[in-house]
Amino acid sequence: MHTKTAAEISQDLQAGKYTSVEITQVFLQRIKQIDSSLNSYITVSEEQALEQAKAADARRAAGNAGPLTGVPFAHKDIFCTDGIRTTCASRMLENFVPPYNSTVAQKLLDAGAVCLGKTNMDEFAMGSSNETSYFGAVKNPWELSRVSGGSSGGSAAAVAARLTPFATGTDTGGSIRQPAAFCGLTGLKPTYGRVSRLGVVAFASSLDQAGPMARTAEDAALMLQAMAGFDPKDSTCAERDVPDYLAALNQPLDGLRIGLPKEYFGADLDPAMADLIQAAIKELEALGAQVQEISLPNTALSVPAYYVIAPAEASANLSRFDGVRYGYRCENPTNLDDLYMRTRAEGFGDEVKRRILIGTYALSAGYYDAYYRKAQQIRRLIRDDFVKALESVDVILSPTTPGTAFNLNAMSADPVSMYLADLFTIPVNLAGLPAISMPAGLIDGLPAGLQLVGNYFEEARLLNIAHQFQQRTQWHTLAPQGVPV
Amino acid sequence: MEWEAVIGLEIHTQLSTKSKIFSGSSTAFGAEPNTQACAVDLAMPGMLPVLNEEAVRMAVMFGLAIEAEIGKRSVFDRKNYFYPDLPKGYQTSQFEFPIVGRGHVEIQLEDGTNKQIGVTRAHLEEDAGKSLHEDFHGMTGIDLNRAGTPLLEIVSEPDMRSAKEAVAYLRKIHSIVTYLGICDGNMAEGSMRCDCNVSVRPKGQKEFGTRTEIKNVNSFRFVERAINSEIQRQIEILEDGGRVIQETRLYDADKNETRSMRSKEFANDYRYFPCPDLLPVVIGDDYIEAIRQSLPELPEQKRQRFSEQYGLSDYDASVLSASRAMADYFERVAEVAGDAKLAANWVMVELSRLLNQNNLEIEQSPIPAEHLGQLIQRIRDNTISGKIAKQVFEDMWNGEGSPDHIIETKGLKQVTDTGAIEAVVDEIIAKNPAQVEQYRAADEDRRKKLIGFFVGQTMKASQGKANPQQVNEVLKKKLEG
Repeated sequence: MHTKTAAEISQDLQAGKYTSVEITQVFLQRIKQIDSSLNSYITVSEEQALEQAKAADARRAAGNAGPLTGVPFAHKDIFCTDGIRTTCASRMLENFVPPYNSTVAQKLLDAGAVCLGKTNMDEFAMGSSNETSYFGAVKNPWELSRVSGGSSGGSAAAVAARLTPFATGTDTGGSIRQPAAFCGLTGLKPTYGRVSRLGVVAFASSLDQAGPMARTAEDAALMLQAMAGFDPKDSTCAERDVPDYLAALNQPLDGLRIGLPKEYFGADLDPAMADLIQAAIKELEALGAQVQEISLPNTALSVPAYYVIAPAEASANLSRFDGVRYGYRCENPTNLDDLYMRTRAEGFGDEVKRRILIGTYALSAGYYDAYYRKAQQIRRLIRDDFVKALESVDVILSPTTPGTAFNLNAMSADPVSMYLADLFTIPVNLAGLPAISMPAGLIDGLPAGLQLVGNYFEEARLLNIAHQFQQRTQWHTLAPQGVPV
Repeated sequence: MEWEAVIGLEIHTQLSTKSKIFSGSSTAFGAEPNTQACAVDLAMPGMLPVLNEEAVRMAVMFGLAIEAEIGKRSVFDRKNYFYPDLPKGYQTSQFEFPIVGRGHVEIQLEDGTNKQIGVTRAHLEEDAGKSLHEDFHGMTGIDLNRAGTPLLEIVSEPDMRSAKEAVAYLRKIHSIVTYLGICDGNMAEGSMRCDCNVSVRPKGQKEFGTRTEIKNVNSFRFVERAINSEIQRQIEILEDGGRVIQETRLYDADKNETRSMRSKEFANDYRYFPCPDLLPVVIGDDYIEAIRQSLPELPEQKRQRFSEQYGLSDYDASVLSASRAMADYFERVAEVAGDAKLAANWVMVELSRLLNQNNLEIEQSPIPAEHLGQLIQRIRDNTISGKIAKQVFEDMWNGEGSPDHIIETKGLKQVTDTGAIEAVVDEIIAKNPAQVEQYRAADEDRRKKLIGFFVGQTMKASQGKANPQQVNEVLKKKLEG
């Protein structure tokens, strides 16, 4: 039962093959058996999950079940969940229980989906390896000595290990797509403003976007359908209708124009990755797509610009964690400064502190123009590059990451190298565009991801392409080898 | 040496929206601590601001009232600093692109001339909470009810040259915002607070001296006294050959002096940057025009109308239109009394005297406008004399109720019954034969003086209630007849 996709579970529940309580128990049991080797969950909310499952079964019996009613899933521990601890993988929020739901959590609750628990992540979503979590690193189910990716590494590992059919993630610079690539999943970062940010603990407000992580494009479509939509309580949320993502999955790809940015396919691209992408392109061509070279000339500026803008926003977003109202507070503060300094010194991990320092520096008097303002100008150039490119092609194709999952502790001493590895995903956040990562093959037994970037609010098109690709290929069906599946 | 002060004010005006600028919590004053603070105000994780459109509308109203440029694209910024009553660790404010740009107001100087004071800008921002240092042993209590209350910070040019001018400007702004109904103007409750930037320079010098900023002064009187004491302090330093240090100071009303709060070296670097949770506020000409059409009568327009409609002098009209509360009070009195000039007199003389003596604003008058109007009515319909009216007025001030009630219970109704007056007059004549003899022997001119004695005696005997005109007539008849 645990190997079924969300779409399959949805059909089975509808057909009455088993109940939501039964399938929920299967996953809860599996988490108990297997997760100690992965560390993908921070909190398993067994009691609430079974209550929700019971309610879902009752709802089905009453005849008003939707497609997600009774289907289990997991939340990245950045989504506030009413009555369920939400830690953001930080000591700062180790015991924080929100009295409210994020809009995404509420929407999934309204849809009747059953939340199994909260998944591990990099602390405050800052990291690309899930090694910055206060609750420990997550292991990659494909090879336990490797990272699961980050920051949504717990969600990725849990879905890949079949500890949940699908999970939510958030993506500020690649935090859905990179772990999806590392764990062999389909992960979608929607257009900025497609999904409400209300109740999602903020990292970098102008870049953060929540999205689905699943094994198949179909499951991602199912989940996005429930997550997306206007929220009057998020001023940056787009007031526009949500299309029928499932209905769009089966459109043919005839005439699809795919652009390959020459800046992404330089001589320094790993040959194995280059071959894998070429093979995937052949499949897409067989489906009717046409490929052409395009240019995104300011690509090289995107990582530096991102590492000014994201930390700058983060430095202010994380100021609220001061030990005054909620969250961690140091023992016996002697005065106000002591309270602030020790609370934040003890409550935040190194990577979070590093980014707060970078962001504070970039915004300081005398440096603002050189860093923050300049980075915003670069951001505009990068967006313009994409907008121009998307006039001549429908989607832009690249690897999701330069390589596959690296070894645990291999990069943690060299943060800049780790930052630079996000060069394919980061520009997309700066432009605010939607992008999907899907499994495109294995390199030395580890999954590699292919990224497609679409135009604003064209999530349906991306899911459609990924689904068609998955009708022709088997990469998304491969099971990881590091844990029993 | 002769010194000249240079003064600019930053006035923080609480806008009287029902809910906060970025959340749905109530802004009402005086509730139990932290009962009007929602998850947004508490800066709980993941909470987001949503701009209250009413605050924007009020800011635009103010901008139009001071003939300012309206920022058609204004941007909210984060002003970063740590303080326990600032839950997010930043204040959402406007820095580079405020909603109201350059404008101006006119103030009346003591010599009767007018002076224009420039307004540099006015921007929207959120208020912080309050730190409560009493009642918590060795700790500080935080009340976040006020956190997120919309503020319009109105920044003036350094155009004022004396504390009196500064107060006149503050009163003008106070009158404009209360006229517009965008602020209740209640300084005691902190609805308007003022930072005063003060420097001095030798008269005739062009360059400004080093300025200090006196934070958070919250009454007209304190603004005047704080600025005067700061001017004096700076002059003394300079005359002793010293240098004024640029710093933030606090005014101590008990000691009537300012003292240092923090110097510029320790000033915060606020690291302003555009708030990514809020979109730029873009407003169109239609929106601005619609607000312009809906603007209420402003002080200047009201002053003109008062002088035309009620025939008041320029001085009276400007005093009575100085605040909306004063104007509304006066108009209500005039309406009930049915005589605007009498109403103006009573408000400006008797009422103002007692208000000033007791340091009260017109809003705090213990006498409702209706009662003062009724009192004037009773004078006009001869129920009481002007002299008795002053007595009734004192009783009204002391909370004894409506004029009719006081007149009734104290039996102050004027005696107009001729028979009753004749009886009193007869008694007076009978008691004073010598004076009667003297009167009857006198010529016409002398009689005019002598009759005063009998009037006084009669009025005294009637406890002031006899109608003086009738007393005069009866006396003449009896003495001469």
